[in-house]
This record gives sequence, C-alpha cells and structure tokens, in this order.
Amino acid sequence: MHNPQLNKHGELQHLLTIDGLPRDVISAILDTAAPFTEVAEREVKKLPLLRGKSIFNLFFENSTRTRTTFEIAAKRLSADVVNLNVSTSSTAKGESLLDTVDNLCAMQADMFVVRHAASGAPFLIAQHLLATGRDHIHVVNAGDGRHAHPTQGLLDMYTIRHYKRDFTNLTVAIVGDVLHSRVARSQIAALTTLGVPEVRVIGPKTLLPTEVERMGVRVFHDIREGLKGVDVVMMLRLQNERMNGALLPTPQEYYKVWGLTAEKLALAKPDAIVMHPGPMNRGVEIDSSVADGAQAVILPQVTFGIAVRMAVMSMLAGQQGSNK
Amino acid sequence: MKIRITNGRLIDPANGLDDKRDLYLADGKIVASGQAPDGFAAERTIDAANLVVAPGLIDLAARLREPGFEYRATLESEMDAAMAGGVTSLAIPPDTDPALDEPGLVEMLCYRAKRLNRAHVYPVGALTIGLKGERLSEMAELVEAGCVAFSQANVPIIDNNVLMRALQYAATFDFRVWLQPLAPFLARTGVAHDGEVATRLGLPGIPVAAETIALYTYIQLARTTGARLHVTRLSSAAGLALVEQARAEGMDITCDVSINHLHLSDMDIGYFNSNCHLVPPLRSQRDREALRAGLADGRINALCSDHTPVDDDGKLTPFSESEPGATGLELLLPLTLKWAHETGLPLVKALARVTSDAARIVGITKAGHLTPGARADLCLFDPAAHVTVSREQLRSQGKNTPFLGMELPGRVHYTLVEGQVMHELA
Repeated sequence: MHNPQLNKHGELQHLLTIDGLPRDVISAILDTAAPFTEVAEREVKKLPLLRGKSIFNLFFENSTRTRTTFEIAAKRLSADVVNLNVSTSSTAKGESLLDTVDNLCAMQADMFVVRHAASGAPFLIAQHLLATGRDHIHVVNAGDGRHAHPTQGLLDMYTIRHYKRDFTNLTVAIVGDVLHSRVARSQIAALTTLGVPEVRVIGPKTLLPTEVERMGVRVFHDIREGLKGVDVVMMLRLQNERMNGALLPTPQEYYKVWGLTAEKLALAKPDAIVMHPGPMNRGVEIDSSVADGAQAVILPQVTFGIAVRMAVMSMLAGQQGSNK
Repeated sequence: MKIRITNGRLIDPANGLDDKRDLYLADGKIVASGQAPDGFAAERTIDAANLVVAPGLIDLAARLREPGFEYRATLESEMDAAMAGGVTSLAIPPDTDPALDEPGLVEMLCYRAKRLNRAHVYPVGALTIGLKGERLSEMAELVEAGCVAFSQANVPIIDNNVLMRALQYAATFDFRVWLQPLAPFLARTGVAHDGEVATRLGLPGIPVAAETIALYTYIQLARTTGARLHVTRLSSAAGLALVEQARAEGMDITCDVSINHLHLSDMDIGYFNSNCHLVPPLRSQRDREALRAGLADGRINALCSDHTPVDDDGKLTPFSESEPGATGLELLLPLTLKWAHETGLPLVKALARVTSDAARIVGITKAGHLTPGARADLCLFDPAAHVTVSREQLRSQGKNTPFLGMELPGRVHYTLVEGQVMHELA
C-alpha cells in the first residue's frame, strides 16, 4: 500500500505517523535535531531556513503546549506562523474540515500543523492535497484522536538517545492509558522501529487496546512486575474524564495500583529515566517525588521537543533541509 | 411481445440447470426453454452468444434513499443502477426518513417504483414506529400495503421486552422478521472491528461480542415466540456458528452476508479509507474466510449488496466521522462471480445465492427462476469480460465503494423485467 507520507523518492513529504516510517528517516530526523538544540543557547535564537514560508497551526482540538512548541520551532526557523484555533471558529459554523483547508490553501500556506480529535484527520488532509494537485503543501500531524502524535514520539526518542545513547540494549516500559493514547502508539512504533528489544506496556485491561501485543509489545498488568529492570519509564497522562466510570473506579485506586511512586521506581534499573508527555496529574499517574526527582527528564523533553519540531519542519519545507 | 433468446448459456439455479438452450418469453413471462412452443413467432430475437442467461438478481438490501435522503440518491438513479447491474428485485430496508412505518408511505414507495417501471420493489417495513424500539408498527396493514417482512435496519432495539413483543406480534401472522445482530451498547461508539487494525489506527472498536450477544438474544426470543427470523449481514465466524447451532437444534433460521464482508477485511481500511466504514464493521481475515465458506456450502443462505449510497460530503471526513455504507447494486453480480471464481464454485451454485435462495427469503415465488410461467426477469451477462469500477461508470448516485479502481468480472449486456428490455449495453 502506498505510504502517503513519503514521496515517490521515499523522502518525507508529510509527517503523519511513525508507524511504517523507515528507520533511517527516523534517525535522520533525530540527527537533524541535534544542532538545533544549540540555537536555543544563542543570543539570537533564529535560523533563516524557513524564511518566507507560511505555517498554519490548525488546531481543531485545544492545546497550549504542543501548539506553543510548534510556534516557537517555526519562529526560530524564521517562518511566518498563523495560529488557528478552529474549534472556536469556522467548524463551529458548520464548515467542513476540507473546506477549511481549501480556504487556507488559498492564503498560500506552505505547511499545516494539524491537531484533530478524530484519528486519521491529517491523512484525509494529505490525501486531499494530493488529489487536488497541491502536494507542495506539507502536513505535520500534531496529534489525531487516539492514533498518532509523531513529533511527541520523536522527541521522546531524542530524549532516550540523549540519555541512553543506544536503543538496541534497552528495556522500555510504557505505563497507563494506552487505549486512548496517541502518544503511546507513536512511542511503540518508534521504539520497535529503532530496535529496542523489549517494549512493555503496563496498565489495567480496561486501558490496554485489543491485540496490543501484535504491535510488538509485552503486556503487564502488575506494574511491579513490569518495571523490573527497565531502563526507561514512559508515563502516560490519564485524562480526567476516564478517571471515574466504566474504565476505572477512582483516581485514588489508580494511583494506588499504577501510580509511579519512588518505591515502585526502585524496581527499575538505578539509572532508569522517567518521562512524561505532559501535562502531568500529580498524585494520579505520578507522585511528585518522582516527577521532581533526579531520574525525571520531563523538562528536557520539552526543550528537545522544540529542536525535534524544528528538524521536522526544516526537513519538510526548508531550502537547506537534509532531505531536499 | 414475444422474445426468443438464442445461443445463450442458460443458468437456472432453482432447477439445477446449466445448459446451452434457447429461452422463449411471451406476455412478460417465461413460456419455454429449449424447444419453442407450438406456433411461437418471435417479434424480437436476442443473440446471447457468449452470454449467460440467468434469472434477474434479487437483492436483499438496497437502500434507494427515498423518502428523506434524496440528496444522496433517488429512486430513479438507483433503479438505473439496478438495471445496469442486472438486479430486477429489490428488498428495501425501512431506514428512510421517515422510516417505512406507515402503510401510506409504503404504498407511495410501491406506486413510485411501479411508475418508474424498472426493478420490482419489496419493502421491508419498520418493526417499530420510527425504528425507535418503543411502539409496534401496524404490521398487518403494512403487509397489506406491500411489505414482505419487518426489520429495524441497523437500529437495534434496546428494550428486550419490546423486542420480544414485536417478535410475538409478527409471529401471530407468521410474518418474517429480519434483524441485524448489533448489541446497542457494545456497538454504539465503535467504528471498526475491535482488533489489531483498529488498535494501530486508534479507531474505537466494535467487538465480535456485539454480534454474538445480539444473536443469542434474537435466537432465544425467536425460539420462545415462534417468530421466523432472518439474520441480516453476518460479519463474524462466531456469529455464523451461533446460527448453525440454532439450526442444528431445529430452528428455522436464515441469514445473509454482504458483498463487502465476503471480499474485504479490516485490513482494507488501510490508511483510514472511509469507504470501508460499514455497518457491521469489516472483521478479520479469519472471519471473512468463514463467511466465504459458509456462503459456498449454503450455511449462509444469500448474498446481498447492502447498497447504501452515501454522498461525497458524507465520506470526505475523518473515518470515525464519516457516514457508514457503500454503494453496491452494480457490484452484486461482479462480486458474486469473483467469489465463485476464487472458490472454484460452479456458477449455477453461486448464482443461487443471489437468485433462487434470495427469493425464498423474501417470499418471492414468481421470480428468481426460469420455470415456464415465471416472470421474465432476466440478466444476460458476459462472465468473461472485466470492468474496472469507477465513479464515471457507476450509475448509482452513491459513488463510494471500497472496490473503486478494482477490475471485476462480469458485464451485463441485457436486463429484462417482465419480458421488457430495460437495459441494453450500448
């Protein structure tokens, strides 16, 4: 099947998902990101790679953090950034997703950064651009439904590589609500593609999707069993609306059984790192002593996230990107 | 008008016939095959060399979208599609707007269809008013108006007490009840089979249990009420096993499968192809294999198109927000032939599932076979020709099907309804 995010030369045309992305493309993004981390240290935090390009942040679902980091990344590359919070504008008036896209195309967009509550929405946009002969416009998925959040997955890989160097001798545990998590799906795809020999998912049966083991992971329900000897602990956010109901009885019970405490973390390797995509629910999925502890790399994740997003955008649309 | 169809390969599944014979029609009926009746003077002779001459197809589920959804399709556009596809009898599900729950509506539909003078329509009445699962429809009156059975289309009855009463009431008159096995809560939020593909794509899943739990309920209630149950659109191996089990215990129960579920699985969703958003969902390849085998040996009684024209606006949205359904009338014959070819089933057996076997479920006696005296509803097709499915080629107003771009066997040359040529390949 044609992978819609690669062009006919096998180069990255859009970034829609990590699932199916070749290993060298992932590595190339991480390599490209490395020098961008230094830009932040400069007095003038700007590179001219995307000068004159218009990037539209098209957010059909609320987000502050992801939208802001994309905006900062685009601005550091000298692009013009337009933020559209579509959930409060045109779709509320009944405009269809593709009508919105067509209108923005008419404003000479070069790239869309899309977040949408429905899985697959960025694919629909990419296919529409291809079908209407506008495939010079790039699409970056900033999170679609439960499906994918590829830049989050990539920044997580950047973080792991930064602290652990080699992927091929690691044991990584992903803890929490995998069922509803686009972050988890992108992490699993990235980790398995990069050659991590053991990826574990840990959580109650209500929060693990059917046949998740077919994605190449080992399933644990007991967090103590699952954390034994791991190098990396990746926590997932538990959405408020999932905490009381048919999926989980209470946040208190969740914290007691699956919350990451110092005592549970002690079962991992002594040099294990703890990651979280944010925003955190302290006292639900993670204890403050762990979130603020020496093993947490949660704030560096945010910093690396900007560099990784700069890498992705410059590779897609930059004149001097490594891919053009 | 007297017509002689000559040089054709006559396939009449009801009579187990597959032979090179001429067929003679007069006054809208079949009068003889092989030898011409005494004094038969044909006013028209159709040369059917290289063509199969078969009964017109009978489709157990063709949504014509009238009344209520005329922007998606009209009786006229869909009747044209039926004629182009060699389908001469259509059972119409009740999920129109308003639903087919009033004798007047059903009479109007039958009247409009008759005036168009193309395929015969057999409305399936709503089992409950507005398909809401609360109040029974006027079943006796609806049958008088033309309904052949009662169903809830894809809207499950939540209250089992209402379902039991509806089955009891239908059983009072020995009316057939067609039910789609979908347990309301398990199927409510899902859009795809709960399996590896939905997990990867992050699509909310519908477990097989949504089908089996509903089937347990239906079978149990049909048994205690004595209702004649037909199960529509089986999607899973486990569902088929339950039907077989009920049959083994002596129950008179029939079932069908759609062309989509016969040929596709959840893998075909690919990168969120909304044309594969269907009710019930496309299930695993293992399920599909079980359905194919079941249809081949007759455990599944019939194959239908589940024709559901959806306009582009309904499909050009993210998968989970798209309208479920696919156009199918014109693909019923090609996909029957493709399945027959792939499973090595003789044509006379394969065509039974879309002619004589389907006729039995609807209760049609005058069509679906080529016995002298039968209605001269015929489909003449070239089984060796291949046609690529394209938006341009489809007559239906619904251009959305998972089979777009695929090359499928079978080209209809003539469609006859009551001895009149209604479609002729240019």
